[in-house]
Amino acid sequence: MWALLWKDVLLEIRTKERVSSLFVLALLIVLIFVVALGPEQVQGPEIGAAVLWITLVFSGMLGLQRAFLIEQERGCFSGLLLCPIEPGTLFLAKLVGNILFLMLVESVAAPVTLVLLKLPWSWSLLALPLVLFLGIVGFSALGTLFAALTVRTRAREILLPVMLLPLLIPLLIAAVHVTSAMLAGMVWTGVWLRVLLAFDVIFVVTGWLIFPQVVQE
Amino acid sequence: MKQGAVFMDRVLPWLTCGLMLIALAFVFLYVPNERIQGPAQRIFYFHLPAAWNTFLGFFIVAGASAAFLWQGDRFSDLLAQAAAEVGMVFCTMVIITGSIWARPIWGVWWTWDPRLTMVVILWMIYAAYILLRVLAGDNELIARYAAVLGIVGVLDIPLLYIAVKLWRGIHPKVERMAPEMIWTLLVCSAAFLCLFAWLIWLRLRSLILRDEVAALRRQVVAVS
Repeated sequence: MWALLWKDVLLEIRTKERVSSLFVLALLIVLIFVVALGPEQVQGPEIGAAVLWITLVFSGMLGLQRAFLIEQERGCFSGLLLCPIEPGTLFLAKLVGNILFLMLVESVAAPVTLVLLKLPWSWSLLALPLVLFLGIVGFSALGTLFAALTVRTRAREILLPVMLLPLLIPLLIAAVHVTSAMLAGMVWTGVWLRVLLAFDVIFVVTGWLIFPQVVQE
Repeated sequence: MKQGAVFMDRVLPWLTCGLMLIALAFVFLYVPNERIQGPAQRIFYFHLPAAWNTFLGFFIVAGASAAFLWQGDRFSDLLAQAAAEVGMVFCTMVIITGSIWARPIWGVWWTWDPRLTMVVILWMIYAAYILLRVLAGDNELIARYAAVLGIVGVLDIPLLYIAVKLWRGIHPKVERMAPEMIWTLLVCSAAFLCLFAWLIWLRLRSLILRDEVAALRRQVVAVS
């Protein structure tokens, strides 16, 4: 698994195309929000949390398919499947890769977003990486599964968001609530964090169990 | 199997029609007006059974999908597809009847109540499932992908339920019903369940026939 992960990471270090393009895209989405709604409207913790998560979901979605597209285009995926490893392990490697890249993008994009939206600093923001991490894990779990699934179909660009977005709604509701509470300066976690955690656990396990069915030839 | 098919073909359509007529009579003639909401409340007897069938559809899709992944038989796959399509029809019906009811009672066609939100998200998951089938074409691989979506979709329901419930809530809860109301609800549920089963059966049969036609066509091409 670590070898597989290292392969993806190495590829990314050499090309830097995924992280950099996602980062630019994330900033563009924030910019579009500000332009479309006017800087006076895009303020406050609720809007801030919403912008943060919409940015993450839409930029992340484009990154998901890249993880499989490279191998799909050059026919390397069959080669990976021929390796003497469990397909579930392949899923975990791709999942950890996606989580790493998204965390990397957000480690820069999230602070920049907060600054652009003029959100005030508070100590509760120290917990923001944790919330981002939990959200990204859930997003990547379903995202990796469905990216692997759609990458070999026709109309994959439209099918991935159509399948992924409705399933992500519980995650998004929970994540946005925790984040907006945090931005408002409350260290209020409670039940929403548990929803996030449950989402992560359920879909990482489901993905791991069901992935072999997806990649089977 | 053979006897089941005869039942589905001969008995079920008449059973559905009969029950539906009785249900209509119950709803419009037998059951009394609800005290506060008046006649508008009568749509509830169609609304709630349709909502039950929407959920039932999800569980059939998931069950058939799991069976398909496990055994790889064509029948489970077709059953999942038929149940998804019919489930979506009922889901649409829930939304439409709900809107008609909400207009006089709540004063709006739509509001972001948890159950409304939930139904509309279920509708989107059904839509995604059907889109996958339509856009990606019909083959063994897509069948397996659809099965994955069916199973993940049903796993999403409890989380979705908790999330939207915590989010907000004004949906009326049924507290105490007069015996006439309970009877009407039971009759309507039975009628809708029969309709549900019959529609799935019709769709399933047409899918099986489509498979047979495709097989025959391949034979013809091979011979000529």
